[in-house]
This record gives sequence, structure tokens and C-alpha cells, in this order.
Amino acid sequence: MSKRHLCIAITGAGGAGVISCGELLLQAWAHEGGRGLLRKAYGPQIRGGESAALLKLTDDERYTAASHYDLVVALDWDNFSRFEDEIRLGPRSWVLCDEADELPASVLAARPTVLQLPFAELASTCHAEGRVNMLVLGVLGRLLGLPVGSMVELAAQKLARKPQAYRDAATACIEGGASRPMACDLPVPPTAATGACYMSGNQAAGLGALEAGIRFVAAYPITPASDVLEWMAGGLEQLGGQLLQAEDELAAINMAIGAAFGGVPAFTATSGPGLALMTESIGLAVASETPVTILNVMRGGPSTGIPTKSEQSDLNIALNGLHGDAPHLVLAPLDIADCVFTTGWAVQLAQQLQTAAIVLSDQFIGQSTAIVSEPRRYIPATAAPATPAEGAYLRYKLTSSGVSTLAAPGDAGHRFTADGLEHNENGTPSARQSDHQRQLAKRQDKLADFGFGDDWAQVNGSGPLALLCFGSSSAAVNEAADLLAERGSPARVISLRLLAPLQTAALRAAVEGCSAVVVVEQNHSGQLFRYLKGHADFPQAVHSYAMAGPVPLAPEAIAQAVTEMINP
Amino acid sequence: MTEAIKLKAKDYKSEVKPIWCPGCGHFSVLNAITKAMAGLGINKDNTVLVSGIGCSSRLPAYVDSYGFHGVHGRGLAIAQGLKVARPDLTVLALGGDGDGFSIGGNHFIHACRRNVNMTYIAMDNEVYGMTKGQASPTTPMDWDHSKLTPHGPGVRPFKPAALALASGAPWIARGYSGNPNQMAKLIAEAVAHPGFSFLHVMSQCITFCPEQTDWKAIVTEHEGPALANADEAAKVFLHEDGFQTGLLYCEPRPSWPPVSDKPVDGNALAGLAASFRV
Repeated sequence: MSKRHLCIAITGAGGAGVISCGELLLQAWAHEGGRGLLRKAYGPQIRGGESAALLKLTDDERYTAASHYDLVVALDWDNFSRFEDEIRLGPRSWVLCDEADELPASVLAARPTVLQLPFAELASTCHAEGRVNMLVLGVLGRLLGLPVGSMVELAAQKLARKPQAYRDAATACIEGGASRPMACDLPVPPTAATGACYMSGNQAAGLGALEAGIRFVAAYPITPASDVLEWMAGGLEQLGGQLLQAEDELAAINMAIGAAFGGVPAFTATSGPGLALMTESIGLAVASETPVTILNVMRGGPSTGIPTKSEQSDLNIALNGLHGDAPHLVLAPLDIADCVFTTGWAVQLAQQLQTAAIVLSDQFIGQSTAIVSEPRRYIPATAAPATPAEGAYLRYKLTSSGVSTLAAPGDAGHRFTADGLEHNENGTPSARQSDHQRQLAKRQDKLADFGFGDDWAQVNGSGPLALLCFGSSSAAVNEAADLLAERGSPARVISLRLLAPLQTAALRAAVEGCSAVVVVEQNHSGQLFRYLKGHADFPQAVHSYAMAGPVPLAPEAIAQAVTEMINP
Repeated sequence: MTEAIKLKAKDYKSEVKPIWCPGCGHFSVLNAITKAMAGLGINKDNTVLVSGIGCSSRLPAYVDSYGFHGVHGRGLAIAQGLKVARPDLTVLALGGDGDGFSIGGNHFIHACRRNVNMTYIAMDNEVYGMTKGQASPTTPMDWDHSKLTPHGPGVRPFKPAALALASGAPWIARGYSGNPNQMAKLIAEAVAHPGFSFLHVMSQCITFCPEQTDWKAIVTEHEGPALANADEAAKVFLHEDGFQTGLLYCEPRPSWPPVSDKPVDGNALAGLAASFRV
């Protein structure tokens, strides 16, 4: 099955506008009914570093990162060279550049067709303040058959706050670029679908959280999660909610816990280093049974690691980072659109089960923008009306479900002190073994006995081989399964959305009949593999394919490795 | 409604028995808090006491209101999140000198700066009591009673009022566990102040610092009105002995967050979802 997609990389210096160029191109493509993904890759610098807009235009919504590019637009070669590992070219690729006599060795070796275009000179011909990125937008738009008017209008919206001369220059450059025919034959995929949304995973997660009722956000900036918080700030203002910028992540998680104690659904977003700082207090949310949702947008670790690039290496800390026996929820959205569903589901589970939920997104789906069909929403089943408790109010009352009534300040006659100290049913601190045993069991049983339904995983395909993954790996693993099926090894793909509590029985049923299981993930040590080996006890042979970031998982590499594992 | 009946201080105490040592200054703070609550006729259901960890942080459970006993050093963060989310509530944060000035020092600075409308009572006994008597940020340099620092901490003690002032706290007072009536009056004023109010209480630890019984001889009462000028207050807070009590500084400024005058848009959620549609 040959995929119909077109991959374009635009590289340049940070601040040169390659990301804006890519965004406008994808937006204009969306207006024509197209589908596609824009992955953004940055160096660590704010300005003057390298930056790349990595576009994949497709005819479906299974958005894997491109590995091989049909067209590379290099505004300069210095900045391109920093992406050499990620941007692969071949003899059928095209290269559009200003400096055709300075091609890097890796580009020459791939033998692409090179087209030379004097970007800066042309841009200044179009307008005295002409910008190269808008000229490139015009050139690329013409190659894709996009209406000039649409690109001009979208650019005007994006640049609405810029001076008039700036906007005029953009218009002139887009028009100038679009009037320039290029002898470049690209495999442009068909466009037909309508009714799409254009969003990043971070925006989608923020939307899911607000739709699920979040009205308080505590925020401490961190790459690559800051844009979730920035987007939510505007939304909360319209909704009458509050966003509090904290002094650090220790404060952020505790502010969220405080708001949640006040009965206002609360949320924070962070990335690995911030999650590490928050873990003590996530344990407080678990022990005090205060609902809170933490979105962790994963980046390369450990320590400061690779802040601007993706990796699935915070699974261990999300599952096991809390001290003591602290059962909580861990979920992972499978793709950009699923960030709406999974984050919304996590918020509602945290509220219903009165515990902490950690949502593991990552830089790839968080900061990539895609054209997606209207995202699915989590619709909670109508809850049975709470039966009024008999006798005195007991905050931590032992119940058959493990869930007890959560009062909030202002509720008359339900006064209690929430506590991270072990406590009895009344909330009074207690170091007695009997209270400890009962409360530990209560907090575990309310999760273990809960019916999570069918959304714990997405199961695709059938076959005697099972590929198991979580979160954003799902797209690459599904594409690998397509390749394996073409090669005579059909596989089923189980993409885990709910990682804790692990739905062991459902998972074992999903792999029933398989002769082998391969666990695929984007980290170095096989964190999911080890977790599943420890908890799922599969009767089949279980293999691990673990590949650290920051380069996205490649379907072809997964398919090859899986073939070698099952045919040793 | 039961609150209509005038409640006495003892009516604001819970049935939980304090873990404190006999003679602990914190009993006096508890009495002052409940006395202030009775004086204000405060609604128990709309009041939350929030704390971190330490001897003094046990206090919320001893008051018949809502409470949150959090983790070490983070009481102020919980309290601010709560107050910002629920501005209708009366929120008091409490804790000790280790909790508030050492592990929670960053939150103290930013709480003073942020000026959320709430009260923070720091019960300072110059020692970590719950962990059995180690030096805290306010312990005298030469205090050599701890095995952890057998020659004394050797580090200058921290000046909470000076730091609060420098960080922007608009209301700074000091109380003494030996004068619960003055403290009750200060707590009532702190709760009434429309912004962040910082009450530093010298609350003696009879067990690890028996020498603190001498405090009663050196405590003075601030005479006259509170200073309303930060320059003057800075001179006082940098050079005082730390034992003058009363309302020392009050220079009100607008609290955060400002009250929003924007009407809540009932269709905002639908609008946010629609903003993504092509």
C-alpha cells in the first residue's frame, strides 16, 4: 500500500519565520480541504538558533512524522546542517535554495534535483521590506495549487498586530512568490475532506480540560508545555476561571490542590523537570483524595535533557514517582485530536475518583499542528444522584466503591481537615495500623474496582502478532503494522490510553491468540516493556523495541526490527 | 441557622486534642485564633485554615472550620490557590519558622509580593520542634543545643519582617504567645485587612528552647500608629531586636487578583471549540 503524502521541510535561522511560513501554508491547505501535519523543530536558542517547519501533507489523518522529504527549502545551509539527522533526502527529492554552490555533503550524496532561487533578492524586489519567508510561502502555495488570495488573507490575520508596511510587504512577497513558476513536480495528495479543525496537541489538551470543567490553572513556564498554559489563560478569562502564575512547580501543584479543595476543578501543565518537583505534592493529592490533573508534555530527559524535542521517557516517573503506596491515574493521548478526548477523560476521572491524574503527552503531538476531523469528546455516563450520608459527615468514609463524599468549604455542616498524614474516616491524623490498612485499601480499591470502559486502549487490526505501545507512538506503530501486513505479517496494534491502573484483564484478552508481543516506545530503557512485564504476565514471548528520541519513531525501522524479532 | 447565635471562642475549637507539649506557645495562638473568630462572628463553614508540616502546622485540625494540612513548606501555595479560586472564603495560612522561612521561603516571598487577600500566621519558636530540636532560619547564631550544629548554626538569623517588607507585604504585625489578648486583636485586624496580612508570632518552645521563657522580659509593645512608609519600616525591621509587638507596618495596596468586571460569556466554551474550525 503506497502512501499518498507529500513531505516538505523549510529550514532557517530562528526568527527567520520558517514556522510562520509552514503554519500559513498548512492553514491555506486546510482551507482547500486538505489534511496534514506541521512538526516544529527548534534549537535551544530563542533567536539566532536553527528552526525547521516539517510539513507532511496527506490524504488521511494518521500523522506520523516524515522521515524522507520530497522537497527541502533551505533558507541557508548553516541552519539546515543542524537538522541533517532528521531531514533525509533521496534522488527523487527536490531542493530549493539560494546558495546552490554550497550544498552540504549529505545533500549532495542524496543526489536530489537542486533548484536555485535568489530568495533575498526576489523578496526585496517585491517590496522594500520584503520577507523571504512570505516569498517562500507564495512559491510553495503555487506548487500546491493554493489560491493566492487565501494565503494573503491568512497572512493578514496572522500579522494583524504588525504595522501596515509589514503587512503590505507580506502581501507583495506572497504574490511575488506565487507568480514564480518552478519546474518542480511534486506528488500533491488529493484534497476533498471538509469540516476540519486546525490545532496543536497542546491546544487540544487545553480545550479538553476546559470542556471537562477545569476553571483553575496554576502555571509555571516550561518547554514544551508553556503554550498549553498560554492558550488556557485566554480561555479561562472568557469562562470566568482563574490562572495563577506560580513561583515554581512546587507552588503550582499546591495551588491547584488548594483550588480543587475549594471545589473548583484544577489543572496544571509541565514537563519532566517540573513533574519531578511536583511528585511530593501529587502524593498529597492522592492521600488527601483531592482531585487534580497534571498534563506532562514529555521532552528528552533526564535532567534538562533535550527541552525542545520529544521523547516518551517520563513513563517511569509518572507511574512510580510518588513515595509510599500512592495509586493514581496515568493516561496518554494517542494523537493530536485525541488530546481533547484523553485530557477531558482524565479530568473527569480525577474528579470522580478524587485523586491525581497525570496525562502524558509529548513535544511531538503537543507542539505539532495538524488538520484533524472534529475531535471526539469524552461524554460521561449520567452519574446516579449521590445518596445523602447517614449520621455525621465522614470525609474519608469507607464505602463499597472506595469513593466517599467530597464536601467543599461553604458546604454547611461538612467541616473537615484534609490531610496528607494518614488519617481515620473522620480525617483525624492516625498512625494506627488499622486506619492505615483501611485507607490504603480504600484509595487502591476505588481505582482498581472502577469500570473504565472500552477507552483504555485503541485496538486496530488483527493478526498473530501484537504491537503494544502508548501515547504518541500509536501513529508510527500503526503505520509499521501496515508495512508488516504488506510483507505478509499482519499485526494488531494495541495503543494504551490508560496506563494506570493497568487494565490487565482487558490487555490479556486483547493479545489472546497472538504468538508474540512487541512493545514499542520512544525511550532508551524500555520503560513500558518493563512495566508490562512486571504487571501483565503475558503467556506469549514479549519483545522490546525501545528507541530514544529526539528523532521521531520511524515506521520502517519498527517494521524491520519487528520482522527480525519474530523471525530470528 | 446556628451561626446566628453568638459563638464563644471555645465553640470554634474542634474535639481533636493537640499533640503539643505542655507549656507550648502554640496553645496560646490557638486560643487567640478562636477568640478572634468569635470576635468577628466568623462563619465556620466559610473559613479555611491551611498549613504545612511541623508542630504549629497541626493547628487546623484543632479548629472547627474547614482545614487543609498539606506538605512541608507549601501551605501558602495551597492557601493562595484556594483563595484565588474561592474569593468568597476567609483563608488563613499557618506554620512554623522552618516551614515558612526555610523550605517554604520562596513561597513566603511571592505570597508577600502577590498580595492575595488572606492572612499568614507564622508561629516562630526559632527551632524545628517536630524533628526534635534542630536550628531553624531564625535560630540565634550561637545556639548550641542541637547535635546537628553542636557549635551553633553560625549563620545570621533571618529577619522575617524585613523580608516581608522587601517582598511587598502591605500589612506586617508581630505577636507574642505570652500575650494572647493582643494576638487575638491582631488576628482580627489581619483578617479584616483587604490584602495579604503577615502576622509574625514569637511562640515559645518550652521543650527545646527553655531559655525562651526569658522573652517575656524583653518583649515590648509598639507605641503609636503603624508605620505607613516602607523606607521608615525598613530601618526599623533591619535594626530592631525582633521583640516589639503590635501592628508595625500597614500600607494598603490593591490585592491580587483584581475583581473582574468582565461578564462571564455563557457561550465561551462553544466559541473556544469553534475557534479551531477551519
